[in-house]
Amino acid sequence: MRDLGSSPTAGTNGPIPVRRSVQFASVVSNPWALVDGLFEWFGSLGIFSWHVLKAAVTGPFEWRELIRQLDEVGSQSLPLVALAGAAIGVVISLEARYSLSRFGAKSLFPTTVVYSVIQVMGPIITGLVVCGRVGAGIGAELASMKVTEQIDAIEASAINPYRLLAATRILACILMLPLLTLAADACGLLAGWFAQTLVEPLSLHHFIKSGFNGATFNAFLPQTFKTAVYGLIIGLVACFQGMRTRGGAAGVGRAATNSVVLGSLLLILADVVLVNFILVFFH
Amino acid sequence: MASTYNIATKQAEPEQLGGTPAVAVEHLQKSFGAQKVLQGISVSVSRGETLAVLGRSGTGKSVLLRLIIGLSSPDSGHVRIHGQDIGGLALDRMGEIRKKMGFLFQHAALYDSLTIGENVAFPLEHHRRELAKSERTGRVKELLAEVGMESGFEKMPSDISGGMQKRVGLARALALEPEILLLDEPTAGLDPISSGEIDELILKLQRERQMASIVVTHDLHSAKTIADRLAILDQGNVVIEGTFEALQESPLGFVKEFLRQS
Repeated sequence: MRDLGSSPTAGTNGPIPVRRSVQFASVVSNPWALVDGLFEWFGSLGIFSWHVLKAAVTGPFEWRELIRQLDEVGSQSLPLVALAGAAIGVVISLEARYSLSRFGAKSLFPTTVVYSVIQVMGPIITGLVVCGRVGAGIGAELASMKVTEQIDAIEASAINPYRLLAATRILACILMLPLLTLAADACGLLAGWFAQTLVEPLSLHHFIKSGFNGATFNAFLPQTFKTAVYGLIIGLVACFQGMRTRGGAAGVGRAATNSVVLGSLLLILADVVLVNFILVFFH
Repeated sequence: MASTYNIATKQAEPEQLGGTPAVAVEHLQKSFGAQKVLQGISVSVSRGETLAVLGRSGTGKSVLLRLIIGLSSPDSGHVRIHGQDIGGLALDRMGEIRKKMGFLFQHAALYDSLTIGENVAFPLEHHRRELAKSERTGRVKELLAEVGMESGFEKMPSDISGGMQKRVGLARALALEPEILLLDEPTAGLDPISSGEIDELILKLQRERQMASIVVTHDLHSAKTIADRLAILDQGNVVIEGTFEALQESPLGFVKEFLRQS
């Protein structure tokens, strides 16, 4: 199978490695091979997804491994996600204050910050941060296990690797992403309020009350729970890339990189679809 | 009384004279791209017997073991475990068969994030859930003592030598009391003393447990020590199969050269 998105040798000085120049030449000479590769990749991903789904719905389920992964994906990602959420909150606060002041609409500041964080930036930033941390980690871990025959050893021990390794990680990502998004949103709102308060005092109570004034659950919950789909994408792509790795240490590196790159890309594309879905069915 | 494992009834049944071999490989063919690795191999192993598979590097010895345990699928031919053809079996169904098989990988393939004790306990945790934790720990310590690694319970795989890792891998392969044992280059990369210790260990385990064993090795001395029969592969085929004495008397030039160089 064609390996899409080979890791660039960033920062390398000197001639382009032969492998990359050969790949570029082959794509130029036979562009249809790229299309073939895309179909093969998605086809293999579909088959992999089917195996994982079958394994997940048949027992015995690996509860201990799932709990371990919930901690790894959720608890261990929380500080990073909270920090990213806070940073986004500050950025939105600063930009919103500047823009709204120009148009004489400072009273809309709380609403602008709340809606921007919860509906738009909080979910996507959480998804991308978790994709970078968790996606790379899962991709590298499973790839390392693959090249050292540990996954084969699991299968030879009559244990379903799709159930033990993939289903638990994917389910952990699906469950944790909405919770992490809530954490990012909370930190974003608090940091946004704090950034505003440093310049122009504003009570937290007034900020929250104004920001959520007139809001319904439909305004915020679908955007938060759509991140479960992000989790599915992150977990699925990372597990798929990791468990099909070949090529030793270089293969492990490619798996980690591809998990992040492809996961991020699919996540952003999925957001386009999900936003339209939410606008149609929830507004 | 000797017994074989009936896949259909999931019960051990008394072995009859002239019964089905524990492992039977029939006309196996396997290619990787344009390279034909196995070109119609047929071998069989019965309970209590050890078959050593020898050959030059790249002749498909390890591929044969992977086909037997079902980690790869042959292009054609059959693999029968206790008479059951494993071709096309679903993963979970194949798992039922694998519970009666133990596999020692060439580099042990220990789980590097788990301790030695956790590695050996791994199959027991998943397939012997009825065991209490203390029973499981006791069983793990017995297995580690059997392979001479009783002091390594809390150590990590990276803390022990390659020979020790092989021993732990062997203990893990024996955790579910398999009827069939597959060993991929058990002495590869080891010094002569460690190799001898591994050979003695395999002999002892075989005497006690009477498993059907297939050992893939390029070490003729090791094969002579532990095997009842030897099979030499060349260009994807079994060139000769028999006792070491039968191999020594073979008129085939390749066999003479192989024995001379080993």
